[in-house]
Amino acid sequence: MHELLQQIFSGLAAGAVYASLALALVMIYRATDLVNFAQGEMAMFSTYVAWMLVNAGVPFWAAFALTLVVSFLGGMTIERIVIRPVENAPVLAAVVVTIGLLLIFNALAGWLFTYTLQEFPSPFPDRTLFGALMTTRDLGVIGVTLAMLLLLFLFFRFTATGLAMRAAAQNPESARLCGIPVGRMLAIGWGLAAAIGAVAGIMVAPVLFLDPNMMGGVLLYAFTGALLGGITSPVGAVVGGLIVGVTENLVGAYLIASQLKLTVALALIVLVLVFRPNGLFGAAIVRRV
Amino acid sequence: MTVRRSVATGLSVAVLIAASSVAWAAGQYSPGASDKEIKIGNTMPYSGPASSYGVIGKVDAAYFAMINEQGGINGRKITFISKDDAYSPPKTVELVRQMVEQDQVLVMFNTLGTPPNMAIHGYLNENKVPQLFPATGADQWNDPKHFPWTIMWLPSYSTESHIYARYILKNLPNAKIAVLYQNDDYGKDYLNGLRNGLGDKAAKMIVATQSYETTDPTVDSQIVALQASGADVLLTAAIPKFAAQAIRKVYDIGWKPTHFLNSVGNAVGTVMKPAGPEKGVGIISAAFAKDPTDPQWQNTPEYKTWLAFMNKAGLSANTTDVQAVIGYSFAQTMVEVLKACGDNLTRENVMKQAASLHDVKLPMLLPGITLSTSASDFDPIKQMQLQKFDGTTWRLFGDVLSASGS
Amino acid sequence: MAEDFAIASPEPLAAGRDRGLAAGAWRSTAILALIAAAVALPFTLSNYHVFELTQVMIYAIAVLGLNILTGYNGQISLGHGGFFAAGAYTAAILMHRYGVPYWATLPPAALVCFALGVLFGLPALRFEGPYLALVTLAMAVATPQLLKYFDTWTGGQQGINLAKVQAPAVLGIGRDRWLYLVVLVVLLVAMRVAANMLHGRTGRALVAIRDHPIAAAAMGIDVARYKTLAFGTSSLFTGVAGALSAIIIGFVAPESFTLFLSLSFLVGSAVGGIATISGAIVGGLFIEFVPNIANDISDAAPWAIYGLTMLLFMYVMPRGVVGSLAGLMRRLPPRRAAVGESQEK
Repeated sequence: MHELLQQIFSGLAAGAVYASLALALVMIYRATDLVNFAQGEMAMFSTYVAWMLVNAGVPFWAAFALTLVVSFLGGMTIERIVIRPVENAPVLAAVVVTIGLLLIFNALAGWLFTYTLQEFPSPFPDRTLFGALMTTRDLGVIGVTLAMLLLLFLFFRFTATGLAMRAAAQNPESARLCGIPVGRMLAIGWGLAAAIGAVAGIMVAPVLFLDPNMMGGVLLYAFTGALLGGITSPVGAVVGGLIVGVTENLVGAYLIASQLKLTVALALIVLVLVFRPNGLFGAAIVRRV
Repeated sequence: MTVRRSVATGLSVAVLIAASSVAWAAGQYSPGASDKEIKIGNTMPYSGPASSYGVIGKVDAAYFAMINEQGGINGRKITFISKDDAYSPPKTVELVRQMVEQDQVLVMFNTLGTPPNMAIHGYLNENKVPQLFPATGADQWNDPKHFPWTIMWLPSYSTESHIYARYILKNLPNAKIAVLYQNDDYGKDYLNGLRNGLGDKAAKMIVATQSYETTDPTVDSQIVALQASGADVLLTAAIPKFAAQAIRKVYDIGWKPTHFLNSVGNAVGTVMKPAGPEKGVGIISAAFAKDPTDPQWQNTPEYKTWLAFMNKAGLSANTTDVQAVIGYSFAQTMVEVLKACGDNLTRENVMKQAASLHDVKLPMLLPGITLSTSASDFDPIKQMQLQKFDGTTWRLFGDVLSASGS
Repeated sequence: MAEDFAIASPEPLAAGRDRGLAAGAWRSTAILALIAAAVALPFTLSNYHVFELTQVMIYAIAVLGLNILTGYNGQISLGHGGFFAAGAYTAAILMHRYGVPYWATLPPAALVCFALGVLFGLPALRFEGPYLALVTLAMAVATPQLLKYFDTWTGGQQGINLAKVQAPAVLGIGRDRWLYLVVLVVLLVAMRVAANMLHGRTGRALVAIRDHPIAAAAMGIDVARYKTLAFGTSSLFTGVAGALSAIIIGFVAPESFTLFLSLSFLVGSAVGGIATISGAIVGGLFIEFVPNIANDISDAAPWAIYGLTMLLFMYVMPRGVVGSLAGLMRRLPPRRAAVGESQEK
């Protein structure tokens, strides 16, 4: 029983990591209808920026805030310069561009910061809770993820920009006719996603340790979680991420040898998707005939 | 015994050098060597998931550059060609073919990774190109009968776990052992080495094994499962990132096994400190090279030379990484072998010299550990020493051990 | 989203037929000349370059498989590395364990991969867009794990080392050139088969399903059957490429078939032209040579150059090289639209 609880709590902790990056993926998808393969690498790069600031003596929360701003601006710039040219091109071209971005960010990080593992400070004290079931760090990750989710929800629901962004994503032509600057909305969408990614990276780095390949595996799980929850739903992203984390742990501990853990966990998730092809909370993709 | 042999070798080399310096440029050469130049080929994962090992290639390059500045090897400059194979065997095959057939290198040196090396093994032996000192600890490279052109360098992973097995049998005979290992050749070699070392007690003593992939974000789940098996000894065969996570998780869940940590994952700077130094107290590991963060070496001339070399080469970011020490030692061995060839830079002679190492000491290896090879023994480093972490550094204890028990 | 894929314009062969006999004859001569050049080429190059070109052709066959599925049928796949691995291991196991001669491993590899593709295609019917991407991605990621797990068959981590193929002694041309010619023949056959399939009824059905699935169904096209068939055929092509790859390299291991391979195929497909046949060759050239060139340009961060090159290709030619060229040619003096040519949106 104790082991079961431990696996579940470890799973939740890992799942929160996936969920935070999944939020960034959902953000981009809602804003631009695109899955951004480079999301993880961008988050990792942002984390290195934060790391440099902290190493230079900047206090943690100031570095955090500064990194968010830099990431937001960086995300907007990338949308304008890198993604804009393929906006009207076939979707596949945009996908290839994000793959290219993935490679570029990864290689740049490796070149600038080397591949050696680095420590990253955590704002949360290092204590265990609930009789060693969870650490304050893990709880911190979960807490921050939920807070981001709440902010996103409020943003999309109750702010004018959020509404404009939803409109621009759903029907750019009509949105333009209404006077919404669609281009700017796309850029803001990318900026926000980059900022969310930065938060994810900063939360995660103390747990996973910082190196250029930190987000590689996380991206896969985040992608899985985002789709499981429904690629258009932020709530789905968080729920999906948590489910992926717990499922993977339980599968590995109880169902099958750890060497097939990943395969079986993915298979289970695909099975769920067969019954709910748009994810648990996702809206069905409606196609006009 | 060894002195006589090395004197004999030295004399014959001297005679060779004398003879060849009498005749103008009478050196014997295979493709890749000439009066002016020695070409060495190498592949490393400079990108992709195994990229943290790329530092070895960078250190190699820097060392050879330094040797060139000092006049080269017997007057010849080293041209070191190192390419990125991203740990993908088909790519390794392609790059090695390019280096052997297009660039015409004399030898392939320090190619990294078991699958990449396996892919080029056959080709290099078939074409009689030396595959020197691959950066992998798999056992199969010590096979002079079938693969006379391949000679290893790193103490094999199973050598290391044999040493742990013997320690366990001696000091913890009733242990229940759990193993965390990376799901590839490297991790499995450790597991199998442990099994072999425990002999027929293995089935009873090893109560749980858990593997992880390098794409897994954490190994927390595996550690939890291993604890649930009731084991009181844990062997972690993991690379730095996962080793650090494992150490931390073991501590956080309140598990206190006798923890053995493999040498690949025991660096103070990149593993013990990030995990939390107090969390690693009491962990046992083995080593054959000096950890650059270990205070006991900080004031020694060998360490200072190494540090100066790293800083001059622009590699200061890697001065806490024991992989850089290992890379340095790899390169030194290569230089020794090439020096011993004198003016006979045929591939045959290079292999001969590589197979004639006698108690060669390298400055950054632990005292007492030397390299020895012979025509039937292509395994230069067979010794390691056990060490225990005390919260700040690794403290060596016991004697220098070898797998077989001397 | 479906209509965003590059429009499948019929290959020059078909268009030539409509232009009249003379133009068709020109085309055939040009193609024969190209083939003759391709056959002569290895005898003018060093062994190593021949080896490289053989790799190009293998990747071209693999990318062709992807083009059929993703380009002509609109089903995105991020998992073709898995089919490639299946073909490679089928060939390797047959050669290593059962002593099957290398050329005889191709049909079984093709069959195995076709079956796998169909098996995969059935559940894939439920998924679209990013969901399908995820499902195929899962396959790509699971492949190395599965290969490592069933190690009695696959040799696990260690992989399988294959005995070197010998060229028939009577020809006296050396192993590299012989294998080049073998692969060339397979490539030509593959292209011919693909052309026949894609320019006929099947091709039209696939394209119709891609562009207007509901209208296609309404017109009586068995969508499920064609989509599954597309998966199977696509997997067959890529699997045969994998088998050839095992023969050429002489070694298979799980490390050879990572997610990056699947992504490379996709990139090659996009760069060549996703809904083209000859674009696959361009894709193969890209996958094979650009990483090497990137390596030569930058020691420090070669993949950054590789990524940058991808970006540049997509900016300049978003429909791929062949796709964009076909688009350019369409803007030449107007002519009657050929039968089967879909309308530009």
